[in-house]
Amino acid sequence: MNLTYTPEQNAFRAEVRAWLAAHVPARPLPSFDATREGFEAHRAWERTLAEGRWGMVTWPQEYGGRGVDLLQWLIFEEEYYRAGAPGRVNQNGIFLLGPTLMEFGTPEQKARFLPAMANGDEIWAQAWSEPQAGSDLAGVRATATRDGDHYVLNGLKTWSSRAAFADWAFGLFRSEAGSQRHQGLTLVLFPLNAPGVTVKPIARIDGKVGFAEIFLDNVRVPADQRLGDEGQGWHICMVTAGFERGLMLRSPARYQVAAARLAALYRREGDPDDAVTRAAVAQAWMDAEAYALSIYATASRILAGQPIGPETSTNKIFWSELDVTLNRTALSILGARAELLPDPAAPDPTGDWLDDYIFSLAGPIYAGSNEIQRNIIAERMLGLPR
Amino acid sequence: MDFTLTDEQKMLADVVAKLLDDHCPPAALRQLMTDGAPRDADRWGAIVETGLVPVLVPAEQDGLGLGELDFALIAQACGRAALPEPLVDHAGIALPLLAACAPAHPLLAEALSGAATLAIGHPLNPLVADADTAAALLLVHEGDLHLVPRDQVTLTRRPSIDPFRRLFDVAWKPSGTTRIASAATAAGPLADAIDRGALFAAAQCLGLAQCCVDLAVAYAKDRTQFGKPIGSYQAIKHHLASVQVKIEFARPVLHAAATRFPDRDTRSRAAISHAKLVAAEAADLAARTAIQVHGAMGYSWEVDIHFFLKRALALTYVWGTPAFHQARVERRVLAGPLGPDQTFLPDHPRQNEGQHA
Repeated sequence: MNLTYTPEQNAFRAEVRAWLAAHVPARPLPSFDATREGFEAHRAWERTLAEGRWGMVTWPQEYGGRGVDLLQWLIFEEEYYRAGAPGRVNQNGIFLLGPTLMEFGTPEQKARFLPAMANGDEIWAQAWSEPQAGSDLAGVRATATRDGDHYVLNGLKTWSSRAAFADWAFGLFRSEAGSQRHQGLTLVLFPLNAPGVTVKPIARIDGKVGFAEIFLDNVRVPADQRLGDEGQGWHICMVTAGFERGLMLRSPARYQVAAARLAALYRREGDPDDAVTRAAVAQAWMDAEAYALSIYATASRILAGQPIGPETSTNKIFWSELDVTLNRTALSILGARAELLPDPAAPDPTGDWLDDYIFSLAGPIYAGSNEIQRNIIAERMLGLPR
Repeated sequence: MDFTLTDEQKMLADVVAKLLDDHCPPAALRQLMTDGAPRDADRWGAIVETGLVPVLVPAEQDGLGLGELDFALIAQACGRAALPEPLVDHAGIALPLLAACAPAHPLLAEALSGAATLAIGHPLNPLVADADTAAALLLVHEGDLHLVPRDQVTLTRRPSIDPFRRLFDVAWKPSGTTRIASAATAAGPLADAIDRGALFAAAQCLGLAQCCVDLAVAYAKDRTQFGKPIGSYQAIKHHLASVQVKIEFARPVLHAAATRFPDRDTRSRAAISHAKLVAAEAADLAARTAIQVHGAMGYSWEVDIHFFLKRALALTYVWGTPAFHQARVERRVLAGPLGPDQTFLPDHPRQNEGQHA
């Protein structure tokens, strides 16, 4: 156990910090889930990142990355959140599909998709859930029917984050007629502007269009847009879900920065005699620290050659629950002003806490609901019967 | 930066776990109760034989010179077994305190060998544990540290709900001959004693929390109701998964806090307090959940979980109450600086920093 950074790691941090200081937009970009304009502003930021080769530092050099290890990735993320840099509009691509393509894609697929993903030319949405296949994802009904050198896609995908404005989606389809559950599923990549695709935005509880329904009506896609083997879809999705629940979806820095902002808010506006809120502020900091320490431990284990296990399910529960309580604590400091919407004209950004709180309520649901995660922990970590 | 245990540390943890599996199963706990003996001489002998007593004493004082993380792994195993013998208090807290304050004291060699044990009465703890079996007591008077032979104190037993905790009120008279360190000399080592006490209480809590989960899982696989093992029901699964989440996010906090003990600053002390708080919460939740999963059996004397519930209760309040540790964390949080680049920094430059390339 050595909890000090190496000179190389410190130098890497300094390099990231300097680049971000010179490039992060002075004013926050408009939300990528509210308008096309906000979405495109974030696409432009992805291009800026790619030009500096900071888009996805863990990727190999040949795809625009820097080939750094997980500890350097954590350092990058720490600096990224410290700098208040924009949210990653292509996170479905770079954090989920990207690593999946590297593991299962053909050389041609990697060359075709990774550079365009890296430089923001193609922003990705995930098309897994269906009205009848949510937590029970193996209930997928949408079909990919082989027709010569094409697949024909039919069905309905839903709760697809970013799909309202995204360019491509990676979807899970039933490719074998009559197959049951986890069998006969295949992963297919398809453009959201293909003939037969209709995207219908769904308004979230905050009114933004963060996700959408995707209607597929005889959508023809070339067979070489299949990722992995036919029938291998479930296995690939579970590997991808491991990335999602594990290290990549929510880096600890996000919560550490939020906890620091929360403490600053309490120092500025909190009641010094309010021991309940002060305790909650300290708890938020402890939770963010605990999450960071746990991720450093996991990253170190992976670097030492051990596999990432079902503990990724404990991560997802922990960060999603801490996010809710952290943001609720901020609202309790704001008191009667908590309900005020963000006002770009007002100098006091109190409304950001409200936005973050409302968004945090989705955390226990997406990326596999926390109920499903608890089943996974009970069955795979503790060995309880199904 | 490497947040993993060394092979030696993993081996140490395995050795102690195996030792206590062999020498301290629940049946042995019950036997000790039946015998009414303060401790099991054979078990203490095996612990001494394994070399667990001199772990924290510096090598130049004939100790092993290992660190707080190493001892935390030992304490974790002690918690998992609800060990009655005072290994943690003696070897983890009292012995390094004596070695720091009175390196030439004649009792040190005997204490190092495990032939004699020391009890410690720290102002944070109103009662002294295992005073009746100790050769001498480390006691504090107006900040000065005293080492008082047991035959010079008057002990009054105060029964604990934990049948294996032997607590005493201690009446004693400080004198020039008992004083081993002035307040100025003892202040630092006594602060270390708080940090070690809190760290190793946290470690025991973590160990016993996992034991409670393991006992409950075993029962839930075995016990059938409505034609199925109760462990197949989500109500049971989710209870136990929630406990496991608490354990998973207390462990790295404990291991980091133990590693950072030598910093002895606001940050490292907040880290230790963080560990104490979350480990005690994990232990409390684990014990109560394990009882719930066992149903009425869990509330019976016959099932072993109550031993762990009681130990968790005791450990929650020794070496600083939750309020004490919460206040240390709050001071650190309100003082700042906070943020993701601050997690591993000390308040002052570390020696040898930058030599890890």
